[in-house]
Amino acid sequence: MSEPPPETPRNPAVAGFLLGVRTAFTSVFGFVIVVTYIGYGALCHDFGFPVGWAMLSTALQWAGPAQVILVTALGSGTAAIETAVAVGLSSVRLLPMVVGLLPLIKTERTKPWQLVIPVHFIAVSVWIESMRIAPKIPREQRIGFCNGVGTTLVTLGVICTGIGYYMQGMLPLVFGAAAMFITPISFMVSAVRGARLLMEKAALVLGLTVGPLLALNKVDFDLLWTGVVGGTLAYGVHRVQRMRRAAP
Amino acid sequence: MTMEPYLALVLLGFLPSEVWRWIGLVVGRGLDEESEIILWVRAVATALVAAVVARIVLIPPGALAAVPLSVRLVALGGGVLAYYFIRRSAFAGVLVGEAILIVGMLAFGG
Repeated sequence: MSEPPPETPRNPAVAGFLLGVRTAFTSVFGFVIVVTYIGYGALCHDFGFPVGWAMLSTALQWAGPAQVILVTALGSGTAAIETAVAVGLSSVRLLPMVVGLLPLIKTERTKPWQLVIPVHFIAVSVWIESMRIAPKIPREQRIGFCNGVGTTLVTLGVICTGIGYYMQGMLPLVFGAAAMFITPISFMVSAVRGARLLMEKAALVLGLTVGPLLALNKVDFDLLWTGVVGGTLAYGVHRVQRMRRAAP
Repeated sequence: MTMEPYLALVLLGFLPSEVWRWIGLVVGRGLDEESEIILWVRAVATALVAAVVARIVLIPPGALAAVPLSVRLVALGGGVLAYYFIRRSAFAGVLVGEAILIVGMLAFGG
């Protein structure tokens, strides 16, 4: 009879959590979060917000683009309703990400309250890493995994917000630009990496083409429209592909 | 009207973002992993991520606005290419993209 494996964790949630922590530190997103939030901390300092506010905003919002929108809008005296709408629209992507991820990580016995915290952690970084790794690990570990990745990245983000805040005077303009750019470049590269299905590749291409058309022509709710139109067309591509495969 | 900053954070920052996560929780709980709806949702999420990328690159916030459009576009494209050619490494893609941006900004930027 063979020996049991050396460390069989009794608690799958803990095992998942630890794997999540390790993954967060070694993934490209660990680096991305550090750079993004150092830049964000500096931005908050630029606009005159207190450091405690800046760090709290990272923990509460946990959505880079939305946070930048909030700070620049409040800092330039934009009206409250307009600010809330802009933040809300930017964060629309959180909805399909949560909906898409939940069936992958929940078990039959998962209660709603167990999902509230993992769901707060969902941001592009956590979503991409979870979608990538979750299918490869036992289902009982998945929620723990998301919590591990989320806790690590949010903690890193909050700390770096503070660091960036105090470094603000020392950071050259180039750093600010680089920090802003790391969001789109990391989203793009990791989304390309994660796109296995033709549908996902089509969705990326469509998002990159429809998006600018709507945004540059100042269409209202451009992000929302791009997502729905681009996503639906990409899904259509998937259906056509499936029909072709089925028909001999 | 200027709102007290912490109140603004909760009302204008936290709630408008978090509400989407909560709605997602309600909607996603009952769905099956293999269902067609989930596939469609993933397509929409992916398209949205690409749309956010395009938006930030084309309508840049903050310091990124000081970088010429050509540099931003080449940095984005160059980063993705670097990902493909350098062992499909996301790190490589991000680092090359950033390097192009920084060099381009120093050479051509405002």
